[in-house]
Amino acid sequence: MSVTVVPITTGDDVVRVRQEVRTQAVAAGFSLVDQTKIITAASELARNTLDYGGGGTATVELLRQSARRGVRITFEDQGPGIPSIDQALADGFTTGKGMGLGLGGAKRLSNEFAISSEVGRGTRVTITRWK
Amino acid sequence: MDRIPILKLGEALLVTIQVDMHDRLASALEEDLTARIVATGARGVLIDISALEIVDSFIGRMLANIASVSRLLDADTVVVGMRPAVAITLVELGLSLKGVKTALNAERGMAMIRQAAVSSLIGTGDEPAAHETAESGDLRGIDGDF
Ligand SMILES: Nc1ncnc2c1ncn2[C@@H]1O[C@H](COP(=O)(O)OP(=O)(O)O)[C@@H](O)[C@H]1O
Ligand SMILES: [Mg+2]
Repeated sequence: MSVTVVPITTGDDVVRVRQEVRTQAVAAGFSLVDQTKIITAASELARNTLDYGGGGTATVELLRQSARRGVRITFEDQGPGIPSIDQALADGFTTGKGMGLGLGGAKRLSNEFAISSEVGRGTRVTITRWK
Repeated sequence: MDRIPILKLGEALLVTIQVDMHDRLASALEEDLTARIVATGARGVLIDISALEIVDSFIGRMLANIASVSRLLDADTVVVGMRPAVAITLVELGLSLKGVKTALNAERGMAMIRQAAVSSLIGTGDEPAAHETAESGDLRGIDGDF
């Protein structure tokens, strides 16, 4: 079991998150398409952590459950939180200058998706993709 | 600050994206490209993304922005070299890149730009005949570059 915590405070850290996710996706034996999907999802969420959460961390885990291998990434910040998760998940919704595809897209690109957020306290998003 | 090099290739500008783009690099590229389109009168912009292992909505927005600004400046944008895994992922992400033309490789992208330049010449039916002769001369010039 491998666990790496990547701090997210600059744009360079978003790149570092992608690199760490790629390393673990390769270790899990993901196909190129599956690697690309989980790295893209992680890139979206890491940018949200930076842009909206005011920075935070990404915890990247290589999962081994008997024969099953997977990669799980948990994004956490102590930012302003999300008032309406339904609204935030809707494609096209943005409070910034984005395309509003990050949360919904990351959900579609993952096998498991969990989000919890409290206004004034912060946000946690967890995605998992299995081989 | 780093900048992405812009090469002139005949009537087109060629940009090869090789590095992980950051916000500032992306907006610098948009600004540099629009300035070069105006300065060179380029009819097309070829953006080679074959080195990119992923395209997220941030890069997608940059490509869409470049395409719309270039169009206003009378230049076509063609994104070339998208990896198959990237294309599959973009669809699931929900990024259709509407308004961004794509081609499999730089050669085909360049052919699209040339074709668009030709049809815009043919489209100017009310121009005097002497002008058209001059333009067909220009066309030979374009072909000579490839
Ligand atoms: N970590 C976060 N903290 C606070 N708000 C967030 C966070 N992540 C997402 N959001 C909110 O959800 C919206 C939608 O996010 P997303 O789907 O990634 O689209 P975009 O990044 O283009 O705005 C954001 O505009 C923002 O308001
Ligand atoms: Mg986002």
